[in-house]
Amino acid sequence: MSDLFPVEKIVEHFYDRVRIDDTVTDMACVIVNPNDLVELCSFLRDDAEFKFNFLSDICGVDFYPQLPRFQLVYHLFSIPYGWRLRIKCPLEDPPKAPTITPIWCTANWHEREAYDMYGIIFEGHPDLRRIYMWKEFEGWPMRRDFPLQGYKDKYNPFAPEKPTEQHSQLGKTL
Amino acid sequence: MTDVNVIHETTNEHGMSREVLMNLGPQHPSTHGVLRLLLTMDGEIVENIQPHIGLLHRGTEKLCENFTYTQIFPLTDRLDYLCPPSNNLAYALAVEALLDIQAPERAQYIRVLMAELSRISGHLLITGALPMDVGAMTALLYTMREREMVMDLMEMISGVRMHTSFCRVGGVREDLPEGCAERILEFCDIFEHRISDYEQLVENNRVFLSRVENIGTISPEGAIALGLSGPNLRASGVDWDIRRDAPYEIYDRLDFKVIVRTDGDCYDRWKCRVDEMRESLKIIRQCIQQMQPGPFLVDDPKIGFPVDKDLLAHSMETHIHHFILAAYGFKVPKGEVYKAIEAPKGELGFYIIADGTEKPFRLKVRAPSFVNLQALTQHTGNMKYLADIIAMLGSLDPVMAEVDK
Amino acid sequence: MGILTNQFKDNVFFATSDSIINWSRKSSLWPETFGIACCAIEMISAGCARYDLDRFGVVFRPSPRQSDVMIIAGTVTKKMAPIVRRLYDQMPEPRYVIAMGTCAISGGVYNTYAVVQGSDLFVPVDIHVAGCPPRPDALLHGFVELQKKITGSRVFRKEEPSAPTSST
Repeated sequence: MSDLFPVEKIVEHFYDRVRIDDTVTDMACVIVNPNDLVELCSFLRDDAEFKFNFLSDICGVDFYPQLPRFQLVYHLFSIPYGWRLRIKCPLEDPPKAPTITPIWCTANWHEREAYDMYGIIFEGHPDLRRIYMWKEFEGWPMRRDFPLQGYKDKYNPFAPEKPTEQHSQLGKTL
Repeated sequence: MTDVNVIHETTNEHGMSREVLMNLGPQHPSTHGVLRLLLTMDGEIVENIQPHIGLLHRGTEKLCENFTYTQIFPLTDRLDYLCPPSNNLAYALAVEALLDIQAPERAQYIRVLMAELSRISGHLLITGALPMDVGAMTALLYTMREREMVMDLMEMISGVRMHTSFCRVGGVREDLPEGCAERILEFCDIFEHRISDYEQLVENNRVFLSRVENIGTISPEGAIALGLSGPNLRASGVDWDIRRDAPYEIYDRLDFKVIVRTDGDCYDRWKCRVDEMRESLKIIRQCIQQMQPGPFLVDDPKIGFPVDKDLLAHSMETHIHHFILAAYGFKVPKGEVYKAIEAPKGELGFYIIADGTEKPFRLKVRAPSFVNLQALTQHTGNMKYLADIIAMLGSLDPVMAEVDK
Repeated sequence: MGILTNQFKDNVFFATSDSIINWSRKSSLWPETFGIACCAIEMISAGCARYDLDRFGVVFRPSPRQSDVMIIAGTVTKKMAPIVRRLYDQMPEPRYVIAMGTCAISGGVYNTYAVVQGSDLFVPVDIHVAGCPPRPDALLHGFVELQKKITGSRVFRKEEPSAPTSST
């Protein structure tokens, strides 16, 4: 799997803008900055040696209280060659990343989910709005400082009380 | 995309607006669960489809961060509720990859057996539901009759009709009971003839064919760009099945055909699933034939309960391990893994980040139905009328619990 | 009506109006097809050939305007709750609600930011059918219990002062 997969060629092509993540053992993994993400993804899809034509998944991660706080994890798959690749993209707080919807149109809903759950803003996304929670919902549920039960309201009387506005770490929807 | 509350004002020569915004609401007999579709319609012709999902979003991923690895099994059951054992298998494989262990051979056979039975169960529902959506209501009653037989087998093996939670990290909860293999083979013999019954009932019917043939055609490149997987992808002509191309468990020892069709329309997606049920029967027969007696759970007291329950009465150490496992769970060393299997709906993947404690740091479910449903928003070939939307939705076979997690 | 046909002389039968009305109401409970999550599959199984609900007079109706009973089958999320309430409001009286499954009764295992902890927080529930998911037999039992509840209810007669109000 990773023996046959020429991950070094990616690093050769991008020099120090892309580096290999050695801590990951189950598949090849590279780390890239948000500015170089779109170029890397286009290269991986279009280059004849890689042909990563299938985007499996986009996952947001919150490492609070560590820094950099957020991370986007992309899982790519090449149907012709059968290779898998993980791309990690660390993001600062507040998190912003470019959209890769023009490259794989399946990224549309994945990015909306990452926005809804973590508040990651995808620049250039054709339709960035909440997908799971309702439009007026305040807060980014999957962040580690958001309580599991949410805040107390008429539908969940067992949840903790909402903190006051000054103490609020909630984000407002766009 | 503009705000959904605006009705596009396009007037014709009489000064009346043409387009109508219509709500195909969450409560509807043929939306396969709680899916809300906002349709911009010009008469009967649909111009734009906007799905609103999230009506069944239960916060599974956040809940998983607060549960131990064994406690997450019942949550995975409730993702694709038509085929719970497949979800269990995917999750168990992901955690086993993190722990770097492998389930014993007999356990792998049992898990594959349950997964294929659940594939039959999942495909049976859509084999009956798509004809019902387009008007042929008899098919559903027949397929549900067979589904009852599969649920009986699940109950015999695991004690529960649905939501079996039968897999454990390192194997399965219990061995197969006595007489189970004979019952399964009996079912296989009966079911083979029944599949031909459904085909005879529905396949050559002119009305059914005119409703599903050449509707919602997706090209192979379009299917790959949309991220479709499973029968939806193979119906468009892309020959990729994780069971054959990246085999997990004991799939490399089994002989089965991967069904690929060429047209990519609703009929092909439906027919793919019908033929896949036949292949699943072959797999089940081979599993029963090849299965050897042996342990059903990995022999590591830090990960699984003891296979021999008498040990609990005699050995203090086993007792202590059992208590710690039941009260706290096992710790998983730091690492991350993405493991994907060929679930009935497509590529079901679990991305788990472990941080050395008993609970995962992050668990992401790559739900196939979430990605498959997106195909509805792209204007695929020949999907003009409202009736075609219903047929397309049925053929994509989304399960809303998986879409919404 | 085999053994009773042509057996009686010309005669007059007495019954209370309430018992006839209750008998007719309980014998043709029409639920609306409203499955939310996994419990919906067991509800469909209950309606299919093996655990036939049709013999109880239960016919699934697609529209809430034509139904008597709403089976809340599955987890109700906060996004879905106003819609369920609207469907309940659209049902004509007498109307009953069966909360099927632990998620509908109390939120089930999902005590999270998005799930309503029990449908009785926004609709009045008559019968709770416990299970995750409840077997189709359990749903049948739920219908039988609902029928018993309807049998005992007062329609024309005034409610007794200490009796709890029915949901009609």
